[in-house]
Amino acid sequence: MKPTDPSVTWIEEKPLGLAERLYLPLFVQGLTTTARHLVSPKLTVSYPEQRPTVGNPLIYRGVHRLNRDQEGRVKCVACFLCATACPAHCIDIVATNSPWPDREKYPESFAIDELRCIFCGMCEEACPVDAIELTSLLDLTGKSREEMIFDKEKLLSVYDMTKDAEPMKSASLGGTL
Amino acid sequence: MPTVIVDGKEIEIGADERLNCIEAARRAGAEIPHYCWHPGLSVVASCRMCLVETGTRDAATGKISMMPKLVPACQTPAKDGTVIVTESQLVKDSRARVEEALLIDHPIDCPICDKAGECLLQDYHFQHGQSERRADLHAFTSRRRDVGPTVTLFVDRCIMCTRCVRFTREVSGTSELMVTSRGAKEEIDVFPGHPLDNKLSGNVVDLCPVGALGDKDFLYQQRVWFMKREANVCGGCSAGCSIHTEHNQDTIYRLKPRENPHVNTWWICDEGRYGWHHIHDAARLVGAGRRANLSTDRSTPLEAVEWADVVPRLRTDLKAAGRLAVAISPMLTVEEAWMLCAVARSIDPQAFLAVGHVPRTGDDETFPGGFTIRAEKCPNRLGVEGVVALFDPSVPSWSQLVEHVRSGHADAAWITGAYPAAWIDDDTAAAFADLKCLVVQDLFDSPLSALATWRLPAAGFAERAGTWVNVAHRAQTFEQAVRPPAGVWPEGRLYWNMLGRRGLYDPTAVRRQVAESSATFAALAGEIPATGVDLRIHQLA
Repeated sequence: MKPTDPSVTWIEEKPLGLAERLYLPLFVQGLTTTARHLVSPKLTVSYPEQRPTVGNPLIYRGVHRLNRDQEGRVKCVACFLCATACPAHCIDIVATNSPWPDREKYPESFAIDELRCIFCGMCEEACPVDAIELTSLLDLTGKSREEMIFDKEKLLSVYDMTKDAEPMKSASLGGTL
Repeated sequence: MPTVIVDGKEIEIGADERLNCIEAARRAGAEIPHYCWHPGLSVVASCRMCLVETGTRDAATGKISMMPKLVPACQTPAKDGTVIVTESQLVKDSRARVEEALLIDHPIDCPICDKAGECLLQDYHFQHGQSERRADLHAFTSRRRDVGPTVTLFVDRCIMCTRCVRFTREVSGTSELMVTSRGAKEEIDVFPGHPLDNKLSGNVVDLCPVGALGDKDFLYQQRVWFMKREANVCGGCSAGCSIHTEHNQDTIYRLKPRENPHVNTWWICDEGRYGWHHIHDAARLVGAGRRANLSTDRSTPLEAVEWADVVPRLRTDLKAAGRLAVAISPMLTVEEAWMLCAVARSIDPQAFLAVGHVPRTGDDETFPGGFTIRAEKCPNRLGVEGVVALFDPSVPSWSQLVEHVRSGHADAAWITGAYPAAWIDDDTAAAFADLKCLVVQDLFDSPLSALATWRLPAAGFAERAGTWVNVAHRAQTFEQAVRPPAGVWPEGRLYWNMLGRRGLYDPTAVRRQVAESSATFAALAGEIPATGVDLRIHQLA
């Protein structure tokens, strides 16, 4: 866009008023902010000795998990909608016939490359059966790249680990159980 | 010329054309949605999706009188003075009601349905349906029923258009599928003890406008929106059916017929449809190999040769050996065949050029609908014969070449194969055992490649670009759909480099050159339409 573009509206800088020209009122205003921070409670935590608190786990976008249904089976139906929505192309699914009579399709393998993931939450948004969710786990570490590719078992274990602290969101949001 | 008025727009149709209102409206650019009508099948007008308002214009007075009720466009012939209204409120309401009725007992399991993304029920609901569901019925599951070795039926997804039933009655002539029960309980089924196992059975999956019929070979392999499609030609037999190769990241997932009125109309056979698996076979030959010192002793191991070195060393070895005999496989394209002949003649000006082995199984099989599966299991015999005729008018055959070699008239041979199945027996291969230099270029190991002093890999059908000439002299050009595995140069690339030509292999340049230099291929000079061109077009005129 050029400065001469008609869609650009140019605004003149306002002339300084009396308070600004006197300097002292603004000086006091700045010092007040500094003083307020001196006495306010500290937000910085000494991670990793101290763990930060997540404000609202429902909307926090941390490590993924694959939810289980009431019978403990993976909820995912391998529809590939998360892989389709994923802007980072970090989800790899291999689908096959499900071994259960009441289900048609299920993921034979389901892998998320957590290093490639940008934690945008689009997969959670796209999932029609609320199988993939982002937890509030925020410290994601590993010793190798391979270790950071989370397979189906690992994603299910994240669910087992977090299900008590963070129940499935879908129920509270009116989704599938 | 008869004039048809579509949404107020007058279009002229041919005097002896027999079009229905869907086809006439399409000419005018108006798409009438339809499920049960298919140009290759009879008309039943049962889905009611194509209902439109029609009328006639009086030729003398110009007065238009409309029919009081909606009529199915598929069943209404378009004739002079026919008036078609495709977008009135009445028509729109009717479409929305049809969509609503179809979805009442549809499981709506789009997330796990293989058809999602190319489903007419989805598309039409999006375009013509209403956003809310008034019926409070959700209890439907998708019952699955096995109807044949290649096809599975999801009973509840079916909208009873009966395209598949009509296909088995009219095109394959086998009548395996039928409609059981009546009314809301209607279902597609097979007759007991007669599974859907005809040689065209895969077509019912393409015909199915919804996800009711699933292809077991493709089921759950890939979502359709991930795949790219390349217009291609089937290499399974000499019919040369037009196909789409659907692939993702150099892996083929399925082949689909491509409409071509001159060749395969709307269908392909199962042999062609599932005949791509050899492309991804782990046993395929990869990388160029040369037996040390060109030893004919089979125990001498093959040494890997870099492709850049193959080009000069192959020429040197063949030149040193002496009299050359070359078999040009009918699996090669016209361009590749022509370049191979040129390479061979540049190495040995007296080189014996012959058409390679032409595999045949059984007899041609024609179905009641007119579709024919050819016995000749190679796509380009006529093309290769035409090319060889440019160099040797007697067009020697494969058996003549074997005799030529057996009687000691050759010191070196270059045999191209690229056959998906085993093609040569030990006795025939033994004729080549004593040659000073034997170049074998094939997809898989064979008794012949075991004798080879140079073993080169070949490309599969979807990995080539060029022109094939089918049994009816129709030449079809196609582009490469997928890249060959690492370590494989398609034949065209090797010959292009051996001819000393620069840059990437360009089949169009070669094709133009072939067309200019021969009357047989003169029709290939210009742009070639997607449906191909008849090579005899100039010879007839």
